[in-house]
Amino acid sequence: MAAEIGFGALFISLIFAIYGIGAAIYGERTHRKDWVKSAQQAMRLIFPVLTISIGSLLYLLANGHFEVVYVADVTSRSMPLYLKLTALWGGQAGSLLFWSWLLAGFIFAVALRKWDRDQDLLPWVIVVNLATLIFFLILNIFYENPFARYWQDASGIISSFGQPPGALPIYPRDGGGLNPYLRHPGMIIHPPMQYLGFVGFIVPFSYAIATLITRRTDDRWIQITRGWTLWAWLFLSLGLILGARWAYDVLGWGGYWGWDPVENSALMPWLSGTAYLHAVLIHEKRSMFKEWSMVLIVITYLLIIFGTFITRSGLLSSVHSFAESKIGPIFLGFLILTLLGTVLLLNSRWKILRSPHVVQNLFSREALIIISVVLFLGLLVTVFWGVIFPMISELATGQKVTVGPPFYERVAAPIFGGLLTLMAICPLAVWSYVSFKHLGKLLWKPFLVSLLGIVLPLIGGLTRWPALIAFWLVAFGLAVNIFEFIRRIRIRRRTEGEGWWSSFSKVFRRNQRSYSAMIIHVGVVLMALGVIGIEFFQTETQGTLAEGQALRLSSYTMTYEDLDIFDTRDARNVARAVVSVKKDGQKLGELYPRKDFYYESGIPVTIPGVRSTLLDDFYVILVDWKEISSEGATFKIYHNPLVKWLWIGAWVFVVGVVMATWPSGKKGLKALNVGKL
Amino acid sequence: MTEPQDFTPAPRKRRPPKFILGGILLVGGILFLIITSLNASAQYFLTVDEVVARSRAGELEGRNIRVSGAVVGDSIHYDIDSLELSFTIAHLPADNQLVAQEGGLAQALYKAVNDPARTRLDVVYNGPVPDLLQNESQAILTGRVLSSGVFEADEILLKCPTKYEGSVPDQVGQEGE
Repeated sequence: MAAEIGFGALFISLIFAIYGIGAAIYGERTHRKDWVKSAQQAMRLIFPVLTISIGSLLYLLANGHFEVVYVADVTSRSMPLYLKLTALWGGQAGSLLFWSWLLAGFIFAVALRKWDRDQDLLPWVIVVNLATLIFFLILNIFYENPFARYWQDASGIISSFGQPPGALPIYPRDGGGLNPYLRHPGMIIHPPMQYLGFVGFIVPFSYAIATLITRRTDDRWIQITRGWTLWAWLFLSLGLILGARWAYDVLGWGGYWGWDPVENSALMPWLSGTAYLHAVLIHEKRSMFKEWSMVLIVITYLLIIFGTFITRSGLLSSVHSFAESKIGPIFLGFLILTLLGTVLLLNSRWKILRSPHVVQNLFSREALIIISVVLFLGLLVTVFWGVIFPMISELATGQKVTVGPPFYERVAAPIFGGLLTLMAICPLAVWSYVSFKHLGKLLWKPFLVSLLGIVLPLIGGLTRWPALIAFWLVAFGLAVNIFEFIRRIRIRRRTEGEGWWSSFSKVFRRNQRSYSAMIIHVGVVLMALGVIGIEFFQTETQGTLAEGQALRLSSYTMTYEDLDIFDTRDARNVARAVVSVKKDGQKLGELYPRKDFYYESGIPVTIPGVRSTLLDDFYVILVDWKEISSEGATFKIYHNPLVKWLWIGAWVFVVGVVMATWPSGKKGLKALNVGKL
Repeated sequence: MTEPQDFTPAPRKRRPPKFILGGILLVGGILFLIITSLNASAQYFLTVDEVVARSRAGELEGRNIRVSGAVVGDSIHYDIDSLELSFTIAHLPADNQLVAQEGGLAQALYKAVNDPARTRLDVVYNGPVPDLLQNESQAILTGRVLSSGVFEADEILLKCPTKYEGSVPDQVGQEGE
């Protein structure tokens, strides 16, 4: 019964969405506001209806209704309730439904806001949002139905929603269980974050398209969607960070990012989204580069669809794409249609987007921002080229040629270096005009301090110049941001005669956006420190040890103490080693690297033992063991300097973005409502 | 006649040449990086048949390549003294359509492993046994062919399709609800 309710609700959502589009276009063409209002009502109704659908699927998952194919695919009796529920996004059909539901939630919120001043945009915002939703609902209803069930007929077992003629329903006793890799907490939160980020960018895209269609040239759409964009960007960033963290904690290869095609397809919208966020700053402040922000938000939307397509089509060899799928061609069709439509629209509005102003000064903030946008686009082109190169080479020469991490690393490293430099200078530059002399005056002190970033590693015996440059860039970025912040507080103290704390909080609140940006940039610089640590200085070794024997790496010594093998209640067989760790002869404690074998799926999962400090991580993997533990076990160990800063920096980054979205008191709210018309 | 300024923008000032030059340098630099790095790190993606044929012809000497094949479960051996992992992969068609003709990836892998006529390639890898390395999983390996004809892998990517979606559950009964 629940399956029928769920599918029915899905179908009703589709009808509402189609009605909404029709009513919005009709109302707009005939200038009848009541039709647009009616379309807006339809937008509000879809979310509750889809909630019924997703509620039905959750009910089926929680209660082990294995006659439903999706439930049997991703859950099993032995799984705890929370995993049964999160299995909602453990497979394709469920993920797509979850996607649609999140989008419906965003659409609901868009429909709730007051539209008094933006009546002209409303119909087109409705059309773009609902068209996207319809695409995903169609996928769910006609191609990947999460409510399809098992039937038996003469030819065997088939899956279908309705009863095929001559077939009888069957009720499996248990399901296959969730992919063990997806049972880690990081993997439970990672997909929703990623999806929220993807879905969130659809809102600013819909406003951008509405603005283009209505030929408006003001920046109202940017003001309205600033909050949406920042939240989407935050979730997308969190998705990437959590994915990296999960790879580090679970995949057991001592790394966090492998330039895997699916990772790349999540990174690409982030790169274009980040470029967009920077470009709209110039759009807002200087009314320049309007065409850039338009193009960038369109690219972001296309990449979100492309990313979902790449992940879901099985087109690429990746650790993420488990199954080939029949939805590839329809994704491609939607992508091409959207691409054509947006290119035509942009082309016809190009003239009115162009600004009469041009950048006049190389050190003005707009010039520096535009350079950083170009660098982000450079990264984007690199990643995109790397992802599609195998397909292109196969089409062109019949020979599939792939590129691996070395390609990405070689191109990305100098570009990241350039971005770090810009991050350091940008807070000092002002809009429109800055002289080199002015910049130099502000820069020389932090520059001198940042030289410590070269001198200290040199004293420590480091001579590899790329690493030295990288360290210097980090030091420079940190020094400039800290000096600048202190300088502004001091000016305020001098002019207003206030105390340190009051100056600090006032300076901050006065210019919340620019300080949030500084915090975000400091977060990125700290993350860079972690990346430098692991990329330049990671070392590893491996060995087979008898109990009591030790393995050395860097200043660490690990001794193999014991091995336990036992079964758990959730159908795992766990082999857990006890190793004690010493650094420079000093005892630090024990680590427990282990291997969990999942009986249902027959898959082992390696979980490393990690000791993490600000200076370095000591990372131990249990590779193999003899059944009788006294005979020995094999370990692989990694020494990852500074990697903790990657996660610390990520938190600083997140705090910065949250601060940027925080409404800054009455004044800020008022500022949001005053459009330049 | 006064038209709204939005629709007929004032003529743009000319960009100073140093910006055009800077822009060209920036974009050119990025393109240069992409092209040179691509040449340095491109790898052929081959099937087992192609690897064996082309390495006999001596075409693959010293080249970094990628190969995809089906893991033969019985051949997996991890030597705890030398810490060397060795196994054999069997030829698997690279074309998605051929795989579909064989009844999907799971079926294609099963056929590849159980067909003695298929070309096979011995692989060595210096590192821990990957979790998903098991009979009839698909391996995508990066590495090179040694003069002995053995493939030395630097990186192993694995997929086991049978364990995920699309498999019919084993315990199917006809009980009522």
